[in-house]
Amino acid sequence: MSEDWITFAMPKGRIFEEAAHLLRQAGYPLQEDFSAGRKLIVEAPEANMKFFLAKPMDVPTYVEHGVADIGVAGKDVLMEERRDVYEVLDLAISACHLAVAGLPHRRKGRIAPKIATKYPNIATQYFKEQGEQVEVIRLSGSIELAPLIGLAERIVDIVSTGKTLKENGLAELETIDHVTSRLIVNPVSYRMKDRQIDEIVQRLSVIVEEGRSRHEDHTG
Amino acid sequence: MPLMFEKPLGMVDTLPALYDRASEIRHNIEQETGRWGYRAIQTPSLEYYETVGEASAIHDQQLFKLLDREGQTLVLRPDMTAPIARVVSSSMKNEPLPLRLSYCNALYRSQQKEGGVRAEFEQFGVELVGDASMNADGEVIALLTSTLRAAGLSAFRLAVGHVKYMNALFKENVSQETANVLRRYLYEKNYVSYRQYVDQLQLSAEAKNRLKHLQRLRGGPEVLPEAKKITDNREAHEALAEIEDLWEILEDLGVSESLQVDLNLVLHIDYYTGVVFEGYGDSLGFPLASGGRYDELLGKFGRPASATGFGIRLDWLLEALNHFEGETLVRHSTLILFSKERQREAVQEANKRRQNGEAIIMQNRAGVPDVAAFAEKYKEVISFAGETDDE
Repeated sequence: MSEDWITFAMPKGRIFEEAAHLLRQAGYPLQEDFSAGRKLIVEAPEANMKFFLAKPMDVPTYVEHGVADIGVAGKDVLMEERRDVYEVLDLAISACHLAVAGLPHRRKGRIAPKIATKYPNIATQYFKEQGEQVEVIRLSGSIELAPLIGLAERIVDIVSTGKTLKENGLAELETIDHVTSRLIVNPVSYRMKDRQIDEIVQRLSVIVEEGRSRHEDHTG
Repeated sequence: MPLMFEKPLGMVDTLPALYDRASEIRHNIEQETGRWGYRAIQTPSLEYYETVGEASAIHDQQLFKLLDREGQTLVLRPDMTAPIARVVSSSMKNEPLPLRLSYCNALYRSQQKEGGVRAEFEQFGVELVGDASMNADGEVIALLTSTLRAAGLSAFRLAVGHVKYMNALFKENVSQETANVLRRYLYEKNYVSYRQYVDQLQLSAEAKNRLKHLQRLRGGPEVLPEAKKITDNREAHEALAEIEDLWEILEDLGVSESLQVDLNLVLHIDYYTGVVFEGYGDSLGFPLASGGRYDELLGKFGRPASATGFGIRLDWLLEALNHFEGETLVRHSTLILFSKERQREAVQEANKRRQNGEAIIMQNRAGVPDVAAFAEKYKEVISFAGETDDE
């Protein structure tokens, strides 16, 4: 089965571009413009690869069910979804972190402060570990709005530059975890297409390592 | 209140076409394990939580629990291994070991995730109790491959690991607590966090490399000498010698080509004690089968004995197979339509054909609102209608 296609589930947008760039650097021939337009499925026959574009939060689901062999997903999504997939490589792209944020002088005295978030599982788990009783409210976007209009005292969200928080008068209070994009693999594909997948992982990890040491040269 | 036609979460109905296909596969599998000398047993759906529930490898939050009239907590059996251990230690306690048993039963595991995830599913499995030799592990793995083949699956693979090698490697390099964290990362298939965690440990560079090298110990038997090089621990070497022995046995049994060694394989945090394995089929995203050695379970029921076995998820096997064949099997029966006057004639014809093994449906025309539409579904229709009828 060495001639099998490898199917990738990819998040739309910038992460897709960055991941495609890594694959190109790793020597897989993907055309430059191939995510242009509105097609949801694109093929790279020269590389025996097929890509479909999905909502970032759904990528682990596609991979768990085996409709994609490989996926690129943020660590935040993996922590939230807890799907049964192999997490094989830190691609070190789209770095950001998960944080608790809120108004700098928040009102106290609630029995269970309210936390608004897109990540109810992560938030519940985090506050449980802190021994703090909270009420988690799930929102699907514009999380920063919640403390401003009084829906919640604090939020749990990903922060990259902190600009959105600052513009809305919010401050980062605690860091939960660092987030980068990860390469994930379906447990059956990991075995049945092991030779192809091992090679992709191997070639990508070399590129990621190079990028990391170059970055360290610059900073250190 | 649920709608009248609703089922509890995770429960499904099986309709005749699927039922037929499932029983055919079940039959083929049971015949195959029967040829290897395994005898089927059945145990109750309900067991005591304190005995079988606690001994089971399934997490507590996945158990369906209820109370009996004395207030004892019961569980719907979440696996068959613990009930079989109970039987071997009680009803079969005078049977000499080794015992070769098989089962095919519904199991119950409550689900936290999406509604469609099965909470009741059928599992077929075998247990080989009381043989600590590698030949027992070899037999169970070989039997799994021939069982999958008998079911009609052609493209599949098995990954084989050994709990003792990993444990010894961890013990040699890190504390018990750190080993638990590392094992959990491997169990969660989170190789990125495993490496990151190793990186930040206060260890020599060599020790870190050894722990990271574990991740590369996956492939054919050529990884075994490599695995030997990174540890001097006696237990680790014993485990590797066992895998070598196992490999030789599986080569003799003619099943080594679909196997892969993976020394990272963790199927359960602390249940298994030796060789473990998992089976994968082409065209299905989930592992079909898994198993391994569990030498500590039988002791909990008062008859200490080594044991190994496997379980196959029949619903997933069925899915993997249907994908291959493209269609589900349809049983054709013959329809005998009759009217009251010629009833006796019709019965005689039906009996004759049934004795020859044909499936016959007898239907009085008066009982069908639309005879033409009803008859359309059958390949062969025989009519015994009265003289007045215009047949």
